[in-house]
Amino acid sequence: MLSRIAESLFWIGRYVERADGTARILDVHLERLNHLPLDEQRSVARELLAVMGARPQSEEFGLPELLHALAYDKSNASSIAGSLGAARENARRARETVSSSLWECLNTTYYGLNQHRKDVVGTYRFCNWVLERTAMVRGLADTTVSHDESWLFLVLGRSLERADMTARMLSTRDVLSAGMSWVNMLRCAGAYESFLRTRRAAFGDQHAAEFLLLDRLFPRSIVYALRDADECLAKLDPSAQRVGFINDARRIVGQARTFLEFHRTDDLMAELPEHMDRVQKAVTQASDAISRKYFNQADELAWVGEVS
Amino acid sequence: MSELFQDYSEAVARSGAYDEMFAPGQIARRSYGQVEGALKELSLADVSARAESMARTFLDRGVTFDYAGEERPFPLDIVPRVIPADEWETLERGVAQRVRALEAFLDDVYGRMSVVSDGVIPRQLVTTSAHFHRAVHGFEPAGGVRVHVSGIDVVRDAAGTFRVLEDNVRVPSGVSYVLENRRAMAKGLPEAFGQQHIRPVEEYPRRLLSALRKTAPSGVDDPTVVVLTPGVFNSAYFEHTLLAGLMGVELVEGRDLICRGNRVYMRTTAGEQRVDVIYKRIDDDFLDPLQFRSDSMLGCPGLVNAARAGGVTIANAVGNGVADDKLVYSYVPDLIRYYLHEEPVIANVDTFRLEEKEAREHVLDRLDELVVKPVDGSGGKGLVIGPAASKDELDALRQRILTDPRGWIAQPVLQLSTVPTLSGDKFGPRHVDLRPFAVNDGDDVWVLPGGLTRVALKEGSLIVNSSQGGGSKDTWVLSDSPQLPGPDLPRPSISVREQVSVWPVESNWRDRQSEQEQQ
Repeated sequence: MLSRIAESLFWIGRYVERADGTARILDVHLERLNHLPLDEQRSVARELLAVMGARPQSEEFGLPELLHALAYDKSNASSIAGSLGAARENARRARETVSSSLWECLNTTYYGLNQHRKDVVGTYRFCNWVLERTAMVRGLADTTVSHDESWLFLVLGRSLERADMTARMLSTRDVLSAGMSWVNMLRCAGAYESFLRTRRAAFGDQHAAEFLLLDRLFPRSIVYALRDADECLAKLDPSAQRVGFINDARRIVGQARTFLEFHRTDDLMAELPEHMDRVQKAVTQASDAISRKYFNQADELAWVGEVS
Repeated sequence: MSELFQDYSEAVARSGAYDEMFAPGQIARRSYGQVEGALKELSLADVSARAESMARTFLDRGVTFDYAGEERPFPLDIVPRVIPADEWETLERGVAQRVRALEAFLDDVYGRMSVVSDGVIPRQLVTTSAHFHRAVHGFEPAGGVRVHVSGIDVVRDAAGTFRVLEDNVRVPSGVSYVLENRRAMAKGLPEAFGQQHIRPVEEYPRRLLSALRKTAPSGVDDPTVVVLTPGVFNSAYFEHTLLAGLMGVELVEGRDLICRGNRVYMRTTAGEQRVDVIYKRIDDDFLDPLQFRSDSMLGCPGLVNAARAGGVTIANAVGNGVADDKLVYSYVPDLIRYYLHEEPVIANVDTFRLEEKEAREHVLDRLDELVVKPVDGSGGKGLVIGPAASKDELDALRQRILTDPRGWIAQPVLQLSTVPTLSGDKFGPRHVDLRPFAVNDGDDVWVLPGGLTRVALKEGSLIVNSSQGGGSKDTWVLSDSPQLPGPDLPRPSISVREQVSVWPVESNWRDRQSEQEQQ
């Protein structure tokens, strides 16, 4: 398939997952944030924004600004509206490749972005709506697109972004020191019930972090997401080598995953920031390696002379 | 019905045009019987609700055109344009004849030029055309086809006769709306579809693909076809994606392509892949910076040489613009007689060639009664309608004609035929044209039954271009002999096997049912 299209699909996967993750984080933390006194609310809003990888643009940064930055700011591809807009724009460019129902779903989602009240109550509804729409995108991508190269690029983007997002969800633990932060962490990932059923009575930060980081069966855990990404990469480039790797992305993703999976520690919580950092770096590097290998276009038109 | 069509016949009489749906006295023509019956049952609220839902579907599906950087849904009116079988038969023949003549003409002007040496048209006419490209002189296209896809615009004059208004053999667009309109109408006015056979349009992408494959460079067994688009900001981008999608081929931009050794390749995730046929949807001027505009970022350097060397087929061929020059248009009836030894099936609109002194003086005297068009324009650009123009505009036009008589033609103002069109709270007559599409695969010219009917949404307006406030209508070609399996061919009945028609349920389903009943 065309490199340009592959790139679009990869980014559709990433953007949709980003919108989904951001909506989850926002939904859960908005509830907490609302209970705080104004001063604290401000500082927490700042920190939450920092976890999402952005810096406040103005001095006055409170709840309304946070909502704008994370949910409604269309000019910024890290907000929900921005990433869904960017996903739709990519789908528009790859429209003949994706199924029409997938394109239509992204297109109607884009047109629905403006139809929400932008206050706190409206944002709850908005987040829920986003979760529904992104679930629909995933469902349509999985059931109406052939699981060939194009789908693999989509899932690859999705898995990498998911690993990154779960890392951010884990980092929000530091933001809200008060209260049962591990519950929030799990609820962000939609993992609360799964966790309770698996761990029985073993509650607490340590176990929750372990679950989101290392669980081999929960689909939003980092190890699981990285394994998905690894499998996509292997299918995209099936050349089996007996020794070593020529595929940078596979090496990076595999290393990050095995490091987590086979790491032994007594104090996970102390190491957590370091792990998160490692995961996020690995995702960025892998993303770069993938675009170098698969998406690179010549920068400009070049006249290639005749070969006699 | 009565209130929706109130004052309709008066409005038609005012415009003096031929109405497609009603004969004088507001009696529906026979071909419109079903449509009238369906509309009669609807109230204004029904019609507006349906129109709104059709517009919504277009926006959701992204059936849009780009206007000043904004995506707009292409307005589709709920009343279809219906063409009876006998009239279509004539149109079809006329369009195919024209395409064959233009094909022969192009082959000639880029070859021996016998049409000039035999005195049918002046040499100057060809060589002064802005779209006559010497870069493709003396080049034999694969399969002998230059006009793979064409759109021949026809209109109906006040007497109800079809006439050709212009030929489009470069990059005719609009076929995507034909396909989408039919889909939307099947949901918007389902009542009118029953009991009559409307010829399907969905065949088009398959016909196009097979024609493109057939004209691949010789020696290629399984040709790779691509659609070349200028990109997402082009006003017809939707059409490019739709056609590429329906043909199941890649939609490429210039930067995806690379020419090497007179072969063309596209950059894919698996390295470079050879391209054999390019369905080009960009203007010649932007196609190849080596031959044409060197500042073009939309094309790919080397394409024209590759095509000349037979390494790739470009459809439509480069240089076709000379055939749809509006001055050449005025000679097409002669070209049909010269190349095909036939009389034209559909007449031209009377056209004044402003280069001829007598015609020019005549036209300059009556500028306020005529339509004046630039010879190489498209999309209604630069066109001046005399009766609607101000004195200043006419004076400016006069100056421009005098400085460049080769650049303009003049035609009488045609009262294009009208079709009822929803406007506000009732139907009013609005002027329409028709663009049938033809696909030439080298052996046969196939005309898509129907085509794009464009409609000027403003009352009295004669300009139907979407960039100037035009909409469209679904175009139905009726068929006398429906190609359905007749009554003598009974449908094979499907035998239902008892076992598979029962859905399995879990083992305690029945218990739960009876529990519920007891509660």
